[in-house]
Amino acid sequence: MYPAELKYTEEHEWVRVEGNVARVGITDFAQKELGDVVFVELPGVGDSIKAAESLGVVESVKAVSDIYSPVSGQIVKVNEKLEDSPELINQDPYGEGWIAEIEVEDPKELEGLLTAEEYQAIVEG
Amino acid sequence: MAQVPLLFEMGSPGRAGYRVPECDVPKKPLEELFGADALRKEPLPLPELSELEVVRHFVQLSRLNHGVDVGFYPLGSCTMKYNPKINEDAANLPGFARLHPYQREDTVQGALQLMYELGEYLAEIAGLPRVTLHPAAGAHGELTGLLLIRAYHESRGEGDTRREIIVPDSAHGTNPATAAMCGFIPVEVKSNERGGVDLEALKKVLGPQTAGLMLTNPNTLGLYDENILEITRLVHEAGGLVYYDGANMNANMGISRPGDMGFDVVHFNVHKTFSTPHGGGGPGAGPIAVAECLAPFLPAPTVEKDADGKFYLDYDLPQSIGMVKGFYGNFAVLVRGYTYIRMMGPEGLRRASEDAVLNANYLLARLKDYFDVPYPRICKHEFVLSAKSYKEKHEVRTLDMAKRLLDYGYHAPTVYFPLIVDEALMIEPTETETKETLDEFVQAMIDICEEAKRDPETVKTAPHTTPVGRLDETRAARQLDLRWRGSS
Repeated sequence: MYPAELKYTEEHEWVRVEGNVARVGITDFAQKELGDVVFVELPGVGDSIKAAESLGVVESVKAVSDIYSPVSGQIVKVNEKLEDSPELINQDPYGEGWIAEIEVEDPKELEGLLTAEEYQAIVEG
Repeated sequence: MAQVPLLFEMGSPGRAGYRVPECDVPKKPLEELFGADALRKEPLPLPELSELEVVRHFVQLSRLNHGVDVGFYPLGSCTMKYNPKINEDAANLPGFARLHPYQREDTVQGALQLMYELGEYLAEIAGLPRVTLHPAAGAHGELTGLLLIRAYHESRGEGDTRREIIVPDSAHGTNPATAAMCGFIPVEVKSNERGGVDLEALKKVLGPQTAGLMLTNPNTLGLYDENILEITRLVHEAGGLVYYDGANMNANMGISRPGDMGFDVVHFNVHKTFSTPHGGGGPGAGPIAVAECLAPFLPAPTVEKDADGKFYLDYDLPQSIGMVKGFYGNFAVLVRGYTYIRMMGPEGLRRASEDAVLNANYLLARLKDYFDVPYPRICKHEFVLSAKSYKEKHEVRTLDMAKRLLDYGYHAPTVYFPLIVDEALMIEPTETETKETLDEFVQAMIDICEEAKRDPETVKTAPHTTPVGRLDETRAARQLDLRWRGSS
């Protein structure tokens, strides 16, 4: 439910850090709350983004939600599969349902993110 | 219940319900008139039907419709009250129904008088001096109101600095949307534990950047904000103006006036509060009443009365925001609203609000032991319940209960709004329902609660008696297809 190797935000994004690249998606809890995702608006590759700014939009049958960037940096890759198969976010939120990869500008920002335990405490609080 | 076939699936080639008379002017080839490349190669596949088939088709469809003339319609925040049929009589009077908007003023004195007097009545109900009848619905009233607020700040040289509109987290979604449409930045302010605006949170977001605050009172929880005078005072002190979303005016008529609460602009939903037809996308009417400081900016024209008692349209408004709608608003809707106000009179309007509040509190009292009540207070004309305990214990959600209500012959309440209540059900009975109807509805709700515990599958797969059951919303959204191509 909350993979220990990932970092989390209070806004229900997860981050997988590999080198200086952060892969970002939304958590299993978030996809369950949203329900069936029907559309994902992805950022543009090459865009610069600040932490807590909107990285894109997830639309489900129940709601439209912003995805907030957990870190500042440049978008280096987006998951184009989501354009045709938004359901990947529901089926595999931590794997095939990833949203974007960001080249991290300031690694210190990562220290401010939540651990799996801290995130679990928030959503199950 | 059987599904009604589409017109395209019925009929037979060559069948028709009409006969076109012989052409009595010289014919010209279409190619000559339009050019050959503009003509279809094949005829349009139009349905070919008899008159009776068409009549039966639409009458059958109309029988599947649920309206307040068919049954109880407790749709929160929509005030689905009964629309007295005398409203229709008045609107159908030839002197109103056959007017042309370009007629000379001296031939439409009655229509102008009606608009002038309706403006006066609405001003009295709002407690604010000036009115425009132009906006076509509530959200259009909001847009017009905020354009006035923007024009006011611009006239004082503060248009560039006062950019923020504060909106509580319980607000109708139209409020922040309107603010954004007008070029403002919507700023959210939290509710306190009693469901009202959190004053400390409000103070933090007020400042020289504040253009105004939009508020509904009673709010979408059906609760009257006890701090309303302090809220409007704080916004005025910061240099902002206060907008009253009149969607919930049915709780207030003749009892409390937005102008006295300190509001500067109010919109009315004539199709809610003043009993004109509501639904099917309109037409509605969303007049606004404003304080003197906003009067110079009102849309043109206004309806005025000269010294001789003649009514006229005044276009001489140099600071006006301009026109917001063709001509003078949805006139036929205004005739219905005017008729309602005249039939009810001041005492009748007050009594309507009192009974609307009484009916809501009666329902709340009878349902409170079966649901979670997030804000257990005396409510106004509507209230919000939560079905979260059924979700947790029986995996039955508010959506399921709402669908099940259809099987009992009721329109479902508003669900999942306001957003600050988990698994919300928002119920507004209105004043026009009898105690017997309310009791029957309560029994249906209690039965559904029992079903949720005993036989959750029945609730989760509802509705069972409607022509179509659960629609596959996910597939509809993922594979949107609006074009009918036939079954072949």
